[in-house]
Amino acid sequence: MRKARIQGVVATAILSVIIISSLLAPVLAPYPPNATEISIRLQGPSAAHPLGTDSLGRDMLSRALYGGRASMLLALAATLISMLVGMVLGMISGYYGGIADWCITAATNISQGLPGTCLMIAVAGVLGPSVFSLLLALTLTSWAGFSRIVRTEVLRMREEPYIEAMRCLGSGDLRLLFRHMLPNMLHNIAILFTIRTGRCVLSIASLSFLGLGVQPPNPDWSVMVYDARLHYRSASHLIIVPGLCIFLLLLAINMLGDALRDRFDVRSEEVREC
Amino acid sequence: MLRYSLQKILSLIPVLAGISLIAFLLGVVSPGDPAEIALSRGGMSEATREQVSAMRREMGLDLPLPVQYARWLGNALKGDLGKSFSTGEPVGQALARRLPVTLRLAAYAMLLTCFFGILFGILSAAYKDRTVDLCIRGAASVILSLPGFWLAILMILIFAENLRWLPTSGVGGAKSMLMPAVTLSVATMATAARLTRSALLTEMGKQYCLAANARGIGKYRLVVRNALPNAIVPVVTLLGNYFGGILGGSVIAETIFALPGIGSYAVQAIYMRDYPALQGYVLITGLIYVIITLVIDILSLVLNPKIRLGGGA
Repeated sequence: MRKARIQGVVATAILSVIIISSLLAPVLAPYPPNATEISIRLQGPSAAHPLGTDSLGRDMLSRALYGGRASMLLALAATLISMLVGMVLGMISGYYGGIADWCITAATNISQGLPGTCLMIAVAGVLGPSVFSLLLALTLTSWAGFSRIVRTEVLRMREEPYIEAMRCLGSGDLRLLFRHMLPNMLHNIAILFTIRTGRCVLSIASLSFLGLGVQPPNPDWSVMVYDARLHYRSASHLIIVPGLCIFLLLLAINMLGDALRDRFDVRSEEVREC
Repeated sequence: MLRYSLQKILSLIPVLAGISLIAFLLGVVSPGDPAEIALSRGGMSEATREQVSAMRREMGLDLPLPVQYARWLGNALKGDLGKSFSTGEPVGQALARRLPVTLRLAAYAMLLTCFFGILFGILSAAYKDRTVDLCIRGAASVILSLPGFWLAILMILIFAENLRWLPTSGVGGAKSMLMPAVTLSVATMATAARLTRSALLTEMGKQYCLAANARGIGKYRLVVRNALPNAIVPVVTLLGNYFGGILGGSVIAETIFALPGIGSYAVQAIYMRDYPALQGYVLITGLIYVIITLVIDILSLVLNPKIRLGGGA
């Protein structure tokens, strides 16, 4: 328990630093993130450019400061949409059963019957790179986890005495689902949400690395990795800086997820593997 | 057991149908008219409207979508996945040529995952809360946060560029597969180690293990002979998930290490806007994944008498 708390505190601290520095990027960045200066391209760290410059002579520190914004916003948005879609479908499927349950369960099986990355690159590849196709691709691969866990929880709670009692007192379906069942599964959803946000950050970075995610010249960590593909052999700071940023963000998110899991003592396989 | 296996196989039919539907729809929503693309590949730069509509009829694009799907699926079942827009080569042939590379890579990665994942899990559980355990758990947390492509590039920088131990890319012997396989397997290795650890600790808390411990049985015997056979079941059950992750991740690994597998084929297909190739990739990947999941389901059935004797899961 104590260990979980320390882990949670450390994770929150790293996350806060990343979020605050992204928010304050316009103040903190020594140069505009897209200002090019070809004469100083591919330079290593120096006093004027503490993290060096990239292939167009842009300041790496300034770009790194701005770089979390798009990734984090997109990952949060995608996870939020996945959560809402998965929650509603999972509730319908678990609470009402019947044909709806059959269809939704089949859909979760199908979307989990394809490796996530495969489906994602197919969708982003066919629709072309854009915010919409990125969100669609991420949501298509994330919703099923939420739906499955909500369905299991609703099924478990549906016959519980306190739910029966509320039903006898005249509570409607919506009231039962949202007022009485939802609070009881909120911790599971919160853990899954944290883990999923991390996965989405990773997916966005991978897609961008393939040229299917956030598009240049956006100063985003994943775009910086993509830009670095051609030059990393001669200028390794190009790949180390953005990779390290993504790594730290993921580490903080995963630690937070682990801490939440220990805190609520969740062992459910769904939460771990969805 | 036979009944359970049959049930499993039957339950996969809707999943396979769904995957084929997704692959088909990818072609439908893709931008551009396949008939015009086919004509321009035939060397016709400015096709007239009559020519395009004749081509559409010939390719069956004027039929209703369900009919098109049935025809497409019928062809796919015969192994005909259409011709690539960019090279004109039948997609089925290209995938068949490239599949062995991906499968070999995935097999190496699975091997690494199973061996090291379970080994580290056992060590971690046997030395719970000691230095070994803390190191393994710390390493697992770090590894799970490493983006695969970043790890791959760092490894190229260190082992290929600086130390010159390993080739950077291409297909050769097992040596050329080492870095891609490590890239693909580290994340699943860490998950497998964590899972093995927690499953082992659960088993070791049970009475039969406490009793064995009280009788003064050696630690090796206790962990490996008594607890492991029971703890391994949940680990095996999730091997299918790991295989899915490895199969999906091979897209990135194949691209970085220039391996001619189906993953790099899919990436090329995206750049060339070669939708039949992409459809074929999705279909094949889904099919392999489903088959592997089935095999692992049956395997965990063999390993777990509870399901076998209890008349199904």
